[in-house]
Amino acid sequence: MKSEEALSWKDLEVGCVVSQPGNASQYRTGDWRSMRPVVHRDHCIRCGVCYIFCPDMAIRKTDEGYFEADLYYCKGCGICAQECITGCISMVPEEE
Amino acid sequence: MRKRTGIEVSIAAAEAVGSANVDVIAAYPITPQTHIVEHLSELVNNGELDAQFIPVESEHSAMSVCCGSSAAGARTFTCTSSQGLALMNEIVFIAATLRLPIVMILANRSLSGPLSIWNDHTDVMSIRDCGWIQVFAETGQEVYDHVMFAFKVAENPKVSLPVILNMDGFILTHVIEPIEFWEPEQVSGYLPTFKPVNALDPDRPTTVGAFGLPGIFTEAKKAQDMALIESKPEIIKAWEELGQVTGRHYRPVETHLAEGAETVFLTMGSIGQTVAMAVETLRERGEAVGLVKLRLWRPFPFEELRRAVGGAKRIIVIDRAISYGGTGGPVASEIRAAFYGEENMPVVTNFLCGLAGRDVTPDDYIAMYQQTRRMVAGRVRQEDYVIYGVRE
Repeated sequence: MKSEEALSWKDLEVGCVVSQPGNASQYRTGDWRSMRPVVHRDHCIRCGVCYIFCPDMAIRKTDEGYFEADLYYCKGCGICAQECITGCISMVPEEE
Repeated sequence: MRKRTGIEVSIAAAEAVGSANVDVIAAYPITPQTHIVEHLSELVNNGELDAQFIPVESEHSAMSVCCGSSAAGARTFTCTSSQGLALMNEIVFIAATLRLPIVMILANRSLSGPLSIWNDHTDVMSIRDCGWIQVFAETGQEVYDHVMFAFKVAENPKVSLPVILNMDGFILTHVIEPIEFWEPEQVSGYLPTFKPVNALDPDRPTTVGAFGLPGIFTEAKKAQDMALIESKPEIIKAWEELGQVTGRHYRPVETHLAEGAETVFLTMGSIGQTVAMAVETLRERGEAVGLVKLRLWRPFPFEELRRAVGGAKRIIVIDRAISYGGTGGPVASEIRAAFYGEENMPVVTNFLCGLAGRDVTPDDYIAMYQQTRRMVAGRVRQEDYVIYGVRE
């Protein structure tokens, strides 16, 4: 499939129907982020509250049982930091 | 000619929708559209029409249901007027972008305020740019014929766009007129089974109504614009086929005594008949006057309009709506645009009349003609318009 920038009006399906369902997963919502969640593992109890509260399901469980944001999707809303029981997530400004 | 039956036009319109074998009707009653949906609900309730009649709680829901049912591949009809159209407004625009072939009869009524239930074109002009195909009927027979036409055009896979059929409230909806009904085999011969371009299907899942980000929105609008522009030849073809079935021949722009006319009136909808009477009187008096009637409002028939106006030096555009603080009537500004920069550009005078059901007689149109003769002796500017008959 062509990227959005390569599509001409003639390439669109009738009625702007999207015939590949689920292709929203290709969309990098991480571009919206101005603050990034950083987990301090020394305080993390691996409870998964951040995982439950993340509104975009952008938090994944690592092999060691910790929880980390997938920065491709994470919009930096800060809900995980707000809800974290031990306060081990801090929001740091994106440098770039 | 087949037998004609004296019948209220609203009932005939509902019968036409029934004959077209519609699958889903979602509508909310509003004056002056009420008799159309009432009769359809009776047809369904009595088992005469095998369709789903969905009595929604508002027009916003009516158009939302129509979008859903049309997307599911059902032949879909709705009907409204004025405030009802205003309430369904946001979904009307979406139906066109989604290319859903819904048919809507708009029983034209003034848009409040002041609150009014009577006829003019302020409702349809409020959604001029909604992207639907928009046609006007002048008589009850035209309404009946155009129900079949509307489904045929809308569902044509080369078109796949919703269609608004405008009929003047009360003047057409509540009048009893002799109407020639189509035989079932005429309907089935003219109107093929609906085969949607994109129907919702669990085996072929799609997303309908997706987000359009800035990177694709312009392309989506261009595609929609081209779909409406390119529907015109299919519209003309559907009228030609209708002519073969009924012997009644409809065109995007029609004329009456326009040959050799130096001045032409331009009308839309039922007032064409009144203006025709005025034109006949003026012709008898030796005045070179004709009538040009715009049947197709969107897509706008530029070429057909220029051909119909021919060499006329003056166009008297009758508007049934106001563009406050602008160029007067929405039809006149369109007509002026169509002729701007043309060689021998005709002078356009613009009369706003018949607002919210105020009667306009043939004598009034003769007076407008005489006023036009006086006006064009001076200079007529683009923004000039006359609110005819207003008490100063």
